[in-house]
Amino acid sequence: MNRVFSLNDLTYILLATRWTVLLSLIAFAGGAFLGLIVALGRVSERRSFRFACATYIRLFQNTPLLMQLFLVYFGVNIVGLNIDPLAAAAAGLILNAAAFLGEIWRGCIQAIPPGQDEAGRAIGLSSWHRMWLIVLPQALRIAIAPTVGFLVQIIKNTSLASIIGFTELTRSGQITNNATFRPFLIFGIVALLYFVQCWPLSYWSRKLELRLGTDGKGT
Amino acid sequence: MTYVFQFGDVWRSIDELLWGGLLTIELSLGGLLFGLALAVLSAYARMTWPRVATPVVGAYVEAIRNTPLLVQVFLIFFGLPALGVRLSADQAALFALSVNFGAYATEILRSGLESVPAGQVEAGLALGLKRWQVFVKVEMFQAMRVVFPALSSQFILLLLGSSIVSAIAAREMTAAANDVQSRTFRSFEVYLVVTAFYFVIATVFSTMLEAVDRLVFRRQDRPREVS
Repeated sequence: MNRVFSLNDLTYILLATRWTVLLSLIAFAGGAFLGLIVALGRVSERRSFRFACATYIRLFQNTPLLMQLFLVYFGVNIVGLNIDPLAAAAAGLILNAAAFLGEIWRGCIQAIPPGQDEAGRAIGLSSWHRMWLIVLPQALRIAIAPTVGFLVQIIKNTSLASIIGFTELTRSGQITNNATFRPFLIFGIVALLYFVQCWPLSYWSRKLELRLGTDGKGT
Repeated sequence: MTYVFQFGDVWRSIDELLWGGLLTIELSLGGLLFGLALAVLSAYARMTWPRVATPVVGAYVEAIRNTPLLVQVFLIFFGLPALGVRLSADQAALFALSVNFGAYATEILRSGLESVPAGQVEAGLALGLKRWQVFVKVEMFQAMRVVFPALSSQFILLLLGSSIVSAIAAREMTAAANDVQSRTFRSFEVYLVVTAFYFVIATVFSTMLEAVDRLVFRRQDRPREVS
């Protein structure tokens, strides 16, 4: 006999949302750090760096995120370390986000007219200074909208952590559904909770695109 | 501790993995086909009955694009039977992938259709084409030309995303891998091989789609480049 879906179950699901938020923040912070390195490597003057980063992006963009999570989870166990699902999910999501953010930001960096970099060279700035003081600040402006858009992707991606056994929002829904069997209600609530996290970001990203004219139509 | 890789068990189950790979491709192509049909219908509906269709299509696109595919799969597989619609895991997977891809394709197609100048439609009507003929032959063709690369990368995402339906035990490649790993306990090896398969399939499809793009949609560019 199934239990009846009660207020406690609703509270349980609502509270599990915090793990989705936390995992998203970790994935974004780590992914942004690593992604910046990947983007810089992608536009580096050294061929070997460009090649290594291009290969990294290619590998992660052409294999399923779920497989990446499995490989991290089981791969770390092989080395003899015990890894809890949160750490495995976080590591997998960071590696994945780094590839996508790296590719997005490479586009933003390359969208800055080369004259900017050449001007920096002409006044004697080092390549490091040209990147940090001239190119990146301008690239940042056009990077904001697609980055916010990708944040939505990250939040949705965290749902896969449920498959390797981390109890975030989706898994809390599964657990509740197994006990009460009200799938339409429960997964409806879960979907709604994702929607209220993602939709404002999607909306904001679209507004930013229009304001900055980076949708290819403006200015 | 040093770990000894053993791929023997994986090679013995290679048939199972390859059959799973076939279903992965079938599910992806099915999702592409039905999803595109949904997108074209949405675009046509928005053109014909804008007052009703625009908010409905908008709600569909936003609802799908702002929730995870995994939750959509659960809603369809576990939720629909509660409403009296019974689907097998494979059918539910195809349904979920189609509805999901349809939303992204609708959005991509919208941007493409908006890029077709109004003068093109007027010219088509002036030549005596019916409204739907203008839609198909003038608007859709030119829009497809613009959005084909975006649709291609969305298709690759669909192909890779289809691994998610293993969560309801549809019999595609990831589910086959799960089976093999639960029998042989060679988890890392199995998933490594299957990841390589995904990589190959994704690379083959994106290469093919690029060739189609060049052959079908970019051919007209050439004379212009010469002159």
